[in-house]
Amino acid sequence: MIDKALMPEGVERCSLGRFLAWLGFIGLFLAWGLYGAFRILSSGLGVTGLDNYFGFGLWITFDLAVIGLGAGAFFSGFLRYIIRIDQLKNIINLAVIVGFLCYSGAMIILTLDIGQPIRAWFGYWHPNVHSMLTEVIFCITCYCMVLIIEYLPIIFENRKLNEIRFLHHMAHNLHVYMPLFAGVGTFLSFFHQGSLGGMYGVLFGRPFVFREGFFIWPWTFFLFIASAIASGPAFTMLVAKFMELLTGKKLVDFSTKVLMGKIAGLLLCFYMFFKILDTWAWAQGILPNMGLTFDQMFNSELGYGTWLLWLELGICGVLPAILLVVPAFRNRPALLYSAAILNCLGVVVNRFVFTVQALAIPVMPFDTWQYYIPNWAEWSTTLMIVAYSFLILSLSYRYLPVFPQERKLNA
Amino acid sequence: MQAHTFHIKWGMVIDIDKCTGCGACMVACQAENNVAPVTEASNKLRTLSWMLVYQLSNKQDFPNHDVAYLPRPCMQCGHPSCSTVCPVVATTKDEEGGIVSQVYPRCIGCRYCMAACPYHARYFNWHDPVWPEGLDKVLTPFTSVRPRGVVEKCTFCHHRWMAAKEKARHEGHDPSHLAEDAYIPACVDICPTGAMHFGDLLNPEHEVHKLSKSPYAFRLLEKLGTDPQVYYYSKREWVRRQGDNYLKHEKTKGE
Repeated sequence: MIDKALMPEGVERCSLGRFLAWLGFIGLFLAWGLYGAFRILSSGLGVTGLDNYFGFGLWITFDLAVIGLGAGAFFSGFLRYIIRIDQLKNIINLAVIVGFLCYSGAMIILTLDIGQPIRAWFGYWHPNVHSMLTEVIFCITCYCMVLIIEYLPIIFENRKLNEIRFLHHMAHNLHVYMPLFAGVGTFLSFFHQGSLGGMYGVLFGRPFVFREGFFIWPWTFFLFIASAIASGPAFTMLVAKFMELLTGKKLVDFSTKVLMGKIAGLLLCFYMFFKILDTWAWAQGILPNMGLTFDQMFNSELGYGTWLLWLELGICGVLPAILLVVPAFRNRPALLYSAAILNCLGVVVNRFVFTVQALAIPVMPFDTWQYYIPNWAEWSTTLMIVAYSFLILSLSYRYLPVFPQERKLNA
Repeated sequence: MQAHTFHIKWGMVIDIDKCTGCGACMVACQAENNVAPVTEASNKLRTLSWMLVYQLSNKQDFPNHDVAYLPRPCMQCGHPSCSTVCPVVATTKDEEGGIVSQVYPRCIGCRYCMAACPYHARYFNWHDPVWPEGLDKVLTPFTSVRPRGVVEKCTFCHHRWMAAKEKARHEGHDPSHLAEDAYIPACVDICPTGAMHFGDLLNPEHEVHKLSKSPYAFRLLEKLGTDPQVYYYSKREWVRRQGDNYLKHEKTKGE
């Protein structure tokens, strides 16, 4: 392999030809997505499936979902560097990379999603201090920068790059200051995860998502934080397992995965307790005050049935919470991974209903339910971000020392 | 968030019992405000209609069947759900008169305001505006045209207010005390049945002040707390009932 000198010492990688074939496969999705992005930027959002009812659709759902799932980075960083759970060092590099991919991918999608991408900087220049979206714009950008700073030492530890004296020292010094960045990242991520929820909770014209709360923060602010930190560690652990299946190598020991599952499970219990309470208070308080009933919030004919709620709360909420907190279940690989998948799926469903179902429900009594189907332009660009993530992960796995246990586990 | 208070509060009262649903207000609005015709209008959820006429039905069978028409401009809410969410202050409510403004060169097209508005009064420019050849010569010179990718909406023909104030100043009158007919939006101006009234809701000399206090007057979705400056008027109970989400046991306003 002509690129062997670039790989971490003592690890096995597939042949360059096979790797290039894999990158070519990823490239197909990237090319399709780039074509979609070109069409969107040159012709406008008219090429998408969005309309005046569904100003938010697949993109915002995807953004919210990946940002929630990417919370593994900030929360694992918090636990590793601030709380000092040492075992998480086995997976922290992956958590950082996954977080970086989720955030940078979300930012790319957001740039496509706004009608005037050239004015994207207006968010910093003309900020509306009352808007939760302003906070999201600031925090997401700052946190993305923090993730780049956290990713850099991993890149500098590439065998060839690390031979450069300056980069070697820089990587070392960045590692020394990492608790500081972990702290900053935790602060930033905490607030923008909340603001993403707050974005919906303040929509008092949309009874499906409106929540009263604590001072200026609606309950969704806190629920989004809780759901993100409950699913983020589970998602990071699943990515590790998925990479093991793809590469055929053991990358992270099972006890670390179990620890991630335990963290996710405890947080999921915390989240589900308040989510169920919130749902009950919403159905009993907010809806009747606005003249609406629980049944009016759902429409089975258009796919927005109550089954979505039960799926989110029951199958993807309470069930994985039980599976993850009870050691007897958590220690069985099949149950651990199944629970983690359900946990992550629950967050995706939550972000979907907040984004799409919220807009589908008629608020004016004479209005009607609407449905939304994303078209090729939205799918292509969304899959482009998935492909971009695969590309960065593949390159990172091949050339960077992402998994400190890999040599020992595959010896 | 605390609501702004103004000495003048421009408002509209629409008598639904007089409205025939002719759509003249929609046409006048489109012409006055340079709303570009959509080349391919098969998807009604992509068209731009700052003023939209909804058809209401009492949902009873003939011979008890009854319909009503409800024109819907921007409600210019006293407590707008849209302006507080805009991340770039492209839409605000801070000018005397209480009209919710929309600054097109500031808008980034995030469509958060559209998600916030329960009245669907905000429209996104999905495509570049294209006017049929020759039509560009009759565009209103006082209204800006909007590019693709920004959100736009009814402004109560704000430019007409500017012109009325200018005229008042020129004639030596106080521009902050305009006569009732000095400033009227295009939709009200053209309404053939006289169903639409416009004026200062706070001025007892204006018709809308009196009409808005009628027991038959109601506003859309009052329970949400948006405090709209557009009132509707109907003596038909079923129409008033469709103005807001009433629970079965609740009495309709005006009963």
